[in-house]
Amino acid sequence: MTLSLLISLVVVALVAFIIGRSRARVLAGDQISSLHSRPVYHGAYLALMSAVPALFLLFGWNIVSARLQASRVLDAFSDQLSAMSAPQVEAFLRDAKAIATGGIVGFRDETKEKAALLISEFQSQSDLWLTIAVAVLVLIGFLYGFRQIGLSKRARHIVERAIRAALIACSAVAVLTTLGIVFSLIFESIRFFGKVPFWDFLFGLHWSPQSAFESAGGTTLADDQSIIFGAVPLFAGTLLITLIAMLVAAPIGLMSAIYLSDYADDRFRAIAKPLLEILAGVPTVVYGFFAALTVAPAIRGWGEGIGLSVSSESALAAGLVMGIMIIPFVSSLSDDVISAVPQSLRDGSAGLGATKSETIRKVVLPAALPGIVSAMLLAVSRAVGETMIVVMAAGLAANLTINPLEAVTTVTVQIVTLLVGDQEFDSAKTLAAFALGLVLFVITLSLNVIALRVVQKYREQYD
Amino acid sequence: MTDQTLQPITPDGRADADASRRRSDADRRRHTAKRMAAERRFKYAGLASIFVAAAFLVLLLSTVVGNGLPAFTSNNLKLSLDLSAENVDPTDPGKADYRSLINNALKEALPFVSGRSNTRAARKLISSGAPTIARQTILNNPDLVGQSQVIEVPLSDTVDLYLKGLSGDLVSSTPAGSVDISDVSGTVELTSGEAVFAPFVQQARDLLAINAQGLLSRAGGIQRSLDQSASRIAAAQAVLDDAGSTESAKARAARQIEDLTATIERLTAEKANFEARADALKARAQSVSGTEELTENDPSLFVEAAGGLIKITKAGNSGATGEVLVSLANAGTFDTGNWAVKVFEVPESERKISDREIAWTESLRSAGAIESGWNDIFFSRGASREPEMAGIWGAVVGSFLTLIVTLLLSFPIGVAAAIYLEEFAPKNRLTDLIEVNINNLAAVPSIVFGLLGLAVFINFAEFPRSAPLVGGMVLALMTLPTIIIASRAALKAVPPSIREAALGIGASRSQAVFHHVLPLAMPGMLTGTIIGMAQALGETAPLLMIGMVAFIVDIPGGFIDPATVLPVQIYMWADFPELAFQQKTAAAIMVLLVFLVLMNAIAVVLRKRFERRW
Repeated sequence: MTLSLLISLVVVALVAFIIGRSRARVLAGDQISSLHSRPVYHGAYLALMSAVPALFLLFGWNIVSARLQASRVLDAFSDQLSAMSAPQVEAFLRDAKAIATGGIVGFRDETKEKAALLISEFQSQSDLWLTIAVAVLVLIGFLYGFRQIGLSKRARHIVERAIRAALIACSAVAVLTTLGIVFSLIFESIRFFGKVPFWDFLFGLHWSPQSAFESAGGTTLADDQSIIFGAVPLFAGTLLITLIAMLVAAPIGLMSAIYLSDYADDRFRAIAKPLLEILAGVPTVVYGFFAALTVAPAIRGWGEGIGLSVSSESALAAGLVMGIMIIPFVSSLSDDVISAVPQSLRDGSAGLGATKSETIRKVVLPAALPGIVSAMLLAVSRAVGETMIVVMAAGLAANLTINPLEAVTTVTVQIVTLLVGDQEFDSAKTLAAFALGLVLFVITLSLNVIALRVVQKYREQYD
Repeated sequence: MTDQTLQPITPDGRADADASRRRSDADRRRHTAKRMAAERRFKYAGLASIFVAAAFLVLLLSTVVGNGLPAFTSNNLKLSLDLSAENVDPTDPGKADYRSLINNALKEALPFVSGRSNTRAARKLISSGAPTIARQTILNNPDLVGQSQVIEVPLSDTVDLYLKGLSGDLVSSTPAGSVDISDVSGTVELTSGEAVFAPFVQQARDLLAINAQGLLSRAGGIQRSLDQSASRIAAAQAVLDDAGSTESAKARAARQIEDLTATIERLTAEKANFEARADALKARAQSVSGTEELTENDPSLFVEAAGGLIKITKAGNSGATGEVLVSLANAGTFDTGNWAVKVFEVPESERKISDREIAWTESLRSAGAIESGWNDIFFSRGASREPEMAGIWGAVVGSFLTLIVTLLLSFPIGVAAAIYLEEFAPKNRLTDLIEVNINNLAAVPSIVFGLLGLAVFINFAEFPRSAPLVGGMVLALMTLPTIIIASRAALKAVPPSIREAALGIGASRSQAVFHHVLPLAMPGMLTGTIIGMAQALGETAPLLMIGMVAFIVDIPGGFIDPATVLPVQIYMWADFPELAFQQKTAAAIMVLLVFLVLMNAIAVVLRKRFERRW
């Protein structure tokens, strides 16, 4: 229903546009220049007047009606529903709605059929009244706008102001996204910390949320809950894998950037740079496949060849592949920074008799250091937030170890494991994922902010 | 550039000059050589890094292509189905019992298969989805109904892998000497005047010795983990004994000890088992004469004669006992060249395809009933638990629907935001905030967007799970910063003279932007958008959060149907242990990469074609 109304509103807007434009032309007669605004703007003005108020009504009603409908049903069947738990009520509503609209139904019973009847009745009434209201709004808007059209009507100003408002609204989406992220993470985390104390989560040494199942009867001891949600092993695992990744990516990426900016000729650069960019464009799930299928068994094979016991989901494999993934990130950021060091510094150093490598090590790199540090921090932030490689190649067991040959788990892996699959939304397990997400968000955000600050604070202004 | 120039200039210049004069020429040359060597080392280190990165790329792509290529072809079995009117109703061909039609046809193709267990095993040669495929073929061509028709049905994944040579090779050889075969079916005796089977028996014995060695080294590995477990028990015991441990720590330690004790028990038994097996194998390997029982742990040995195939179960140097798997045309004496020995190196216990399946497959192949061709199923069907019936079309459609939603949302919003921020926004703290905000949003891990989608779209706004609509919305939020940043760069690149000229002839700010600046910036914006879309196409993690990881067989038909996308399909298939699924995964990756390359190529062409420099 909403969709068809939406389509009819688009049609209404088009028709209003054409009518408004021709009305303005008729009013102007031969002398188009006697109009304040060109006819197009009058058309757009009329279209806005007819369609926009109805559009707002449509969206507003859509947000309100679902809740209204649910509360209607809950009121009508409060006797039957009072015995049910919250998830059961939700399932009841879902099924009743499915019966009414013809979706997939869990199982039917008499109450649900009745509820479905109520829902479809409510639906048809709401549709009817909504259609009438939309039609009235369209009519009023159209008539008002049509009367307003005149030679001296400043239609262009109104239309441009509307466009400006729309542009501002679009820019606000980015801000709203951030707010949405922050608030959803914080709210769910607060609910989680209501069940598990904050410090136990942050400094607990034992992580096994799967054992929350054992005591799922609802009588979980607070003590037990906090014991199984100690996130330190995850932080340690994330740190270990990130460290391995940076040990791979930092030297290779930095040296590639140096070679590309100071040694390579144009022809070599023209080949090597796109090559690195391809490495950056490969989806992370492909790296995950590569890590799990090729790298992990290879490392295991080598390890066993020299008598080491290597886990098949070793941190080394995941870290190594993640390092490969980050190489282009480090190299392109460092390349920008190194290229930004003015040529005069290099020339001066060469004039003093330094070789190229001496110039780079003693002049260029110190000058570019803030930028390089910032690039590394951004790379670390990337590695910390990377998900698919570790989900596919790192383990699930939360071992607290610094041995890269053992399996460790990371924050992102645990978020995925906790949230994949259907489960009730207010269990401690699900909420724990949001708490981990909050930690992840805070860490990556601070790394980015620090990276920005480092550049701002320590950057040397040459020239 | 001489090394003197590098001498530090001290206030006491004279003393320094003396020092440099004291250096001999040889010293100086050595010093210069050292510096030059350092220079070369540095340069080669840079070059090596690039080559390492390139090597990783090549390794990655070759792994994917090497694994994925076999999945693009498949082997089908041509079966002659009896589609007469009594079996298939011409007015409603969809309702016929295709399973029994296929089973009957299979019986005709393999007439020598008898007995319940053999018949059931023979049915495993073809995919369990064969009836579906046959039904579809006939629904697409209803004219076929009425007489017997040859229909192609997919073979099972194990047979398919065998036919592609990925399970191992059946090596054929013709020993010199004649052999006498006692019967055409059942258990048969093979006798020969010469020692025709000697090399194979010897091979089996050599392999026994090697296997014994392997078992022993595995026992050694178990010993290592036994030692490890023992030390961990000791550590846990220390926690138990420590008076300072908390109750919960003690409980955990006790549980750990319990677990570890059980593990040790299991491992000890396993080790003893390995050692016993190794000893038995060694004893057999050292015997010289007599017959050798060929078990499922030995390479399979077949004898081919008169169109039939015998599996050897017991072999001596010049005689053998065997089981006929494919009936012979006649028994009797076969001279050199009229019979052959076939060896399958991989023992039956270590591969999925059994000896009789190999025999029947070879029989079908020599009868010309097996056709290899382009794998249609892979490109036309949705997910399936059967590797040979699994396709990526469902995921491709899901990706397409998701990307449409992403594009429709992120392109207009991103471009509008960029226009506002670049062209209209006053320079104040609020717009600064928005700008910082967008840059930070670009660096937020993608999985966090998944959490946002789960909390806001699914849980709060109650959109359906697994729907391309929600996936597209989440990805739109994720790609928005990319598009805004690229669009702003494109707008910035349009010189101010364009705006000024437009304003000068009386255009309003909006008119100047929308009529003159925007068209010039559009190619750059489109390039940025395509790159953002490519990013969205390859993204997996946020979609896992909103339930697009569900197992969905049907091809999605709309924006709120449950669907999955290509990267998620890859992720799910990568988890399946079957080799055939591993190949499907790699093949799906190849398809994904082709799409990505196409999109990036379009972006590059756009940039090259419409890029203007002022």
